[in-house]
Amino acid sequence: MADTQMTPGVIAGRLPPDAYAENFADLHPPLDRHEAAVAADRCYFCHDAPCITACPTDIDIPLFIRQISTGTPESAAMTIFDMNILGGMCARVCPTETLCEEACVREAAEGKPVEIGRLQRYATDTLMDRPHPYTRAKPTGRTVAVIGAGPAGLACAHRLAMLGHGVTVFEARPKSGGLNEYGIASYKTPDGFAQKEVEWLLSISGITIRHNKQVGRDISLATLRKDHDAVFIGIGLGATNALDIEGSDLPGVEDAVDFIARLRQSDDPATLPIGRDVVVIGGGMTAVDAAVQSRLLGAQTVTMVYRREAERMNASLFERELAQTNGVRIITGAVPVRVTGQNRVEAVEFAYAVQDGGALRPGPDRFTLPADQVLRAIGQSMVPITNDPADAIEQDGASLHTGPGGRTTPHGYVFAGGDCTATGENLTVTAVAQGRDAAMEIHATLMGDG
Amino acid sequence: MADLTSNFVGIKSPNPFWLASAPPTDKAYNVVRAFKAGWGGVVWKTLGEEGPPVVNVNGPRYGAIWGADRRLLGMNNIELITDRPLEVNLREIKQVKRDWPDRAVVVSIMVPCEEAAWKAILPLVEETGADGIELNFGCPHGMSERGMGSAVGQVPEYVEMVARWCKQYSRMPVIVKLTPNITDVRHSARAAVKGGADAVSLINTINSITSVDLDTMSPEPSIDGKGSHGGYCGPAVKPIALHMVADIARDEECKGIPISGIGGITTWRDAAEFLVLGAGNLQVCTAAMTYGFKVVEEMKSGLSQWMDEKGYTSVDQVSRRAVPNITDWRFLNLNYVAKAKIDQDLCIKCGRCYAACEDTSHQAIAMNPGRVFEVIDAECVACNLCVNVCPVENCITLEPMAPGTTDPRTGLVVEPGYANWTTHPNNPSAVAAE
Repeated sequence: MADTQMTPGVIAGRLPPDAYAENFADLHPPLDRHEAAVAADRCYFCHDAPCITACPTDIDIPLFIRQISTGTPESAAMTIFDMNILGGMCARVCPTETLCEEACVREAAEGKPVEIGRLQRYATDTLMDRPHPYTRAKPTGRTVAVIGAGPAGLACAHRLAMLGHGVTVFEARPKSGGLNEYGIASYKTPDGFAQKEVEWLLSISGITIRHNKQVGRDISLATLRKDHDAVFIGIGLGATNALDIEGSDLPGVEDAVDFIARLRQSDDPATLPIGRDVVVIGGGMTAVDAAVQSRLLGAQTVTMVYRREAERMNASLFERELAQTNGVRIITGAVPVRVTGQNRVEAVEFAYAVQDGGALRPGPDRFTLPADQVLRAIGQSMVPITNDPADAIEQDGASLHTGPGGRTTPHGYVFAGGDCTATGENLTVTAVAQGRDAAMEIHATLMGDG
Repeated sequence: MADLTSNFVGIKSPNPFWLASAPPTDKAYNVVRAFKAGWGGVVWKTLGEEGPPVVNVNGPRYGAIWGADRRLLGMNNIELITDRPLEVNLREIKQVKRDWPDRAVVVSIMVPCEEAAWKAILPLVEETGADGIELNFGCPHGMSERGMGSAVGQVPEYVEMVARWCKQYSRMPVIVKLTPNITDVRHSARAAVKGGADAVSLINTINSITSVDLDTMSPEPSIDGKGSHGGYCGPAVKPIALHMVADIARDEECKGIPISGIGGITTWRDAAEFLVLGAGNLQVCTAAMTYGFKVVEEMKSGLSQWMDEKGYTSVDQVSRRAVPNITDWRFLNLNYVAKAKIDQDLCIKCGRCYAACEDTSHQAIAMNPGRVFEVIDAECVACNLCVNVCPVENCITLEPMAPGTTDPRTGLVVEPGYANWTTHPNNPSAVAAE
């Protein structure tokens, strides 16, 4: 008898074979031309538009929407890419409901914002089917090392290449893209879009990527500084916060980011083992991505448990509702106290949290959730690439410290951006903005204006 | 329920909504469908003289412009008068009028500008039992190149002459349909009055090119790579039509000649506006061509509801009701001072009022922290642009200032009473106030 959602244990193929393609299809299918025209018509072309202010990359949203509505999505795409070279990915993964679309005046007027994200995708999809639109400036003879081929590094590298600098990117993983490739739910960026976007971006030329090169292990920051005119650090957050409770080392307990990465790197989700009862601990985007995908892989029950109230979750209301619509149960105000099981995880015991001064601690009310798989999504932190005092990088256990333009202090030629820095909200779009701005700062510095 | 029955120059219909002479009234099939849908009457698509019918183009006849969400705002056409044999039309008109005696059936006619041609066709039409005739002096394309349609309507002497022939050779009410493609429509209307016409109807379509195909460089509608001007109609022409209707309604020389209002009527509200500005009944085409005959239901229910709310019991009570308020600019009250006011509760903070005022007007709106937009009374000339660009109805309004208060823009006290340009000290031709 074939396995089903009810089958105990962590197994693959719980669902009928044809269910997977449907489950992992595009969350927001692309608008067709007519739909785009209708959606674009709703934009009021606001003065000093709130959506622009809300966009970390400052895309001129009313302008690009007007360009769509007048039948020039290619021009619209240039308006987007000029500010955000990863505008294609951001159109798919940005939590627009907490950024541009939340600020849209039609959200105030009718509770229904202009569909900015989907319009951005319409424009960027149109142009990304064409040859790369940017060309390089005359070579400057300067070279820059970029550490990390995630959104920050790629945005920085592209802008530097465009300005005529030679760029070498050092990436620890075998593929470029960072979280776009490894860390975001499949249904947000299906059909290999992350890799297609990288290829499209690199076709500007002038950028060399060296994969499987981890700075700090395979090559030192000091070497990079010596060999290049400037260095940009965009390494993201490589470590996950530990779940420091009894039984958390039992087999079946793992990091949600690893689970998501495995899913993203798989060609066939039907081959991926998933528990019958999955418990996800955490309240951010990663937790939602892991929980929803657990359900989509066929888990019978998926429960997300977050320690504080729902409003304080990093996952937006849209994300929480997406989870609930997909059958994920969300429990708030509870903390895990113990993972139990004989040889592997069988259950997680939780306590409803009580306030103790400023801190949360487990209270007396307890409950136990059966679990054959537990996914930790309780935050990530930076893995330092150097602890050499000579590098004089200001950092703490969680992130790098940067000044304006991503400048690390006090060094003039080492810059940083993206999730590894203490600024921003750990979003793709924020990382792109910081990578781009750092590139401009590097350019100004190298060309003598800075 | 308000009484919507209409008696327009003796032609009775259960409501004032007629379908204008156009493709929807070209044959019995359409007209019967229209009557079933509740239209009060039709003006049958224009008949030409006996003989081989006209020939239409075999490509597109219509061009268009669209607003948001591809809402049809304006359309033009290069279709000619009916291309069906005269006797077929006459036979169908007779049958339809017999089957639908309570509905108005008026026949549009266009024959060469010769007495014999008119004398020949009028008895044929009269024999059908039709309620009246409408003289097509308006079509601006095709037929006008042959000396008919607007080529007649543009010469007041011809208008008068043909109208007189029709009164002479027919007992039917004569409605003269006017072209807007002139400098002053009152001259054509006065000519119709002089010729003895019972009524005028307006506007016919406006000379237009709706668009050009930027790949082929052909105007639209394109016939094998070339285009000619067409006649423009639909919601976009309504303001032009309203002005012309009102101009005739208040012209003394037109002596209150009944007006059948035409031009972009799409809703009951449009219809009511035509009525109060001077129309006695209404003709509709583009709205029906856009949405089908069913639109008349909304026009009737809306007009009826509004009349009930206002206490009007008949169409005649509504007709011409705003005519006394149409005046010349020089008679507008310069003591009337207003200021724009933004309702902060309704404001959605789009800032369009600010951009419009700051960039193109009087810098009279402040953009305060938190995107709070406020009118600066000391700069506001009450131009209304902010009202017009605001996406939220009634969010910005113009509020009159009370007499005795001081206008912070001019520093002058708002005077009570009425004073206009004719007596204004800045007017070199000012006359002493009485």
